[in-house]
Amino acid sequence: MAEGGRLRLFERLGAAVTARIWRLGFASRFFGYMLLHSGTALRRFQLTIREIYFAGVLSLIIILVSGLFVGMVLGLQGYETLQRYGSSEALGVLVALSLVRELGPVVAGLLFASRAGSAITAEIGLMKATEQIAAMEMMAVDPIARVVAPRFWAGVVSMPLLAALFSAMGIFGGYLVGVKLIGVDEGAFWSQMQASVDVREDILNGVIKSVVFGIAVTWIAVFEGYDAQPTAEGVSSATTRTVVTSSLAILALDFVLTALMFTGGNAR
Amino acid sequence: MTDSVVEIDRLSFGYDAARPVLRAVSLVMPRGKVVGIMGQSGCGKTTLLRIIGGARQAGSGTARVLGTLVNGLHGSALYALRRKMGMLFQFGALFTDMSVYDNVAFPMREHSDLPEELIRDLVLMKLEAVGLRGASRLTPAELSGGMARRVALARAIALDPQLMLYDEPFTALDPISFAVIARLIRRLNDSLGATSVIVSHDVKECMEIVDYLYFMSDGRVVAEGTPQDMRATAEPFVRQFVRGETDGPIPFHYPAPGYGADLAVARG
Repeated sequence: MAEGGRLRLFERLGAAVTARIWRLGFASRFFGYMLLHSGTALRRFQLTIREIYFAGVLSLIIILVSGLFVGMVLGLQGYETLQRYGSSEALGVLVALSLVRELGPVVAGLLFASRAGSAITAEIGLMKATEQIAAMEMMAVDPIARVVAPRFWAGVVSMPLLAALFSAMGIFGGYLVGVKLIGVDEGAFWSQMQASVDVREDILNGVIKSVVFGIAVTWIAVFEGYDAQPTAEGVSSATTRTVVTSSLAILALDFVLTALMFTGGNAR
Repeated sequence: MTDSVVEIDRLSFGYDAARPVLRAVSLVMPRGKVVGIMGQSGCGKTTLLRIIGGARQAGSGTARVLGTLVNGLHGSALYALRRKMGMLFQFGALFTDMSVYDNVAFPMREHSDLPEELIRDLVLMKLEAVGLRGASRLTPAELSGGMARRVALARAIALDPQLMLYDEPFTALDPISFAVIARLIRRLNDSLGATSVIVSHDVKECMEIVDYLYFMSDGRVVAEGTPQDMRATAEPFVRQFVRGETDGPIPFHYPAPGYGADLAVARG
């Protein structure tokens, strides 16, 4: 009896693992198909521009406000720690490096996943549930080329821009708190930042991270939407899966990318 | 019957092997006719329509549409065939992010390089044909169910299809909209010189507009003929269906164990 129970457990575990691997394979094929059929999204770029508006421009408020607050918190916490060692002028460096290397891409990515990623999944899922996708196919229009690919490329374009704006707003927030509120020397704040932040090592690496996160989040979002069960419940669980999976993907990818980018060689 | 648009020969289909949906269905639809496929929900009629549209692949047997074998047809060959077809979905499946005008213009913009002024004239002509030229600036959310169905009809005939497929075109319509849609189906078919297939369970109204009828039950064609033949037939299924009797060859009860036994078990 116990033997049978254990066997069933293994069976269920095996089934769950194979189901996930199948899904990953399916998602990869979907990704490949989407890239191959991106011609329409790039040729008729106004389709992509429209999606950039929905994914990028409409995410601006949340990104800018969050960036400002994160920078302000960094200013407060950073000052608290730095002044113990008498180096509060380095506040600018601390704020800028934290944002450009890590918090900018990661927090902007998480916000992008919950604001734009969930919207993309819900929209595509509902289009499927209301037979709009099937109608498009019956009109001999490939929905992956017409609906999915423009959304994907819009996400890939928007994400680095949003991350850059997040970092810029964060630095401004750190400046407000550090210089205007606490009274750190303004000249030191900016000049140390300028001297220590490297375009290639720090900014470019941050941009690469945000591009990778943009690809991951939008890929997950469009796939979950396209693969959603065409019911109210199916769309809602697909939307949840988008936010959960893409948040985990961002954090895991961030670790991998950080390990590749910032180990050895650049102890500053 | 020399010139047939749809020829289906001993076609079988099942979503899984244990549960066949269509069993050796054979039917022919001559050019220029409006053909009705009637039957209860779940008898396989919508699946049949999907196979004609190339959205499902037959398990065995052949389906020939507009002279092309649709078995195994995919990619650009399938899309080429679909450009000659129009399909009206059950609830219209209008693109909710576009206006009525853009919905009707969609297939023209996707499949032609016509200048926008010409597209405008064509769209207004199609909308005039369904009586909704005045609604061209509305969004799908502002339309009633009947109006949405008419817009979808205008979109389906945008490219002057040779074959029109209607999936339950009368579901959830008030009597006036019902009559409007029914008359439009007939009139558009005759003015386009098209062939129409209507899948529906609204027998009485369908019998007014169709030239020929197929009755399906449990995946089989059980009766066929002109509406006059069908009204006069002695076939018990057709009589039950046409008159809407609750019991007959189609039982009121879903198969169940004996009532007494079931209740006794419940009590014990």
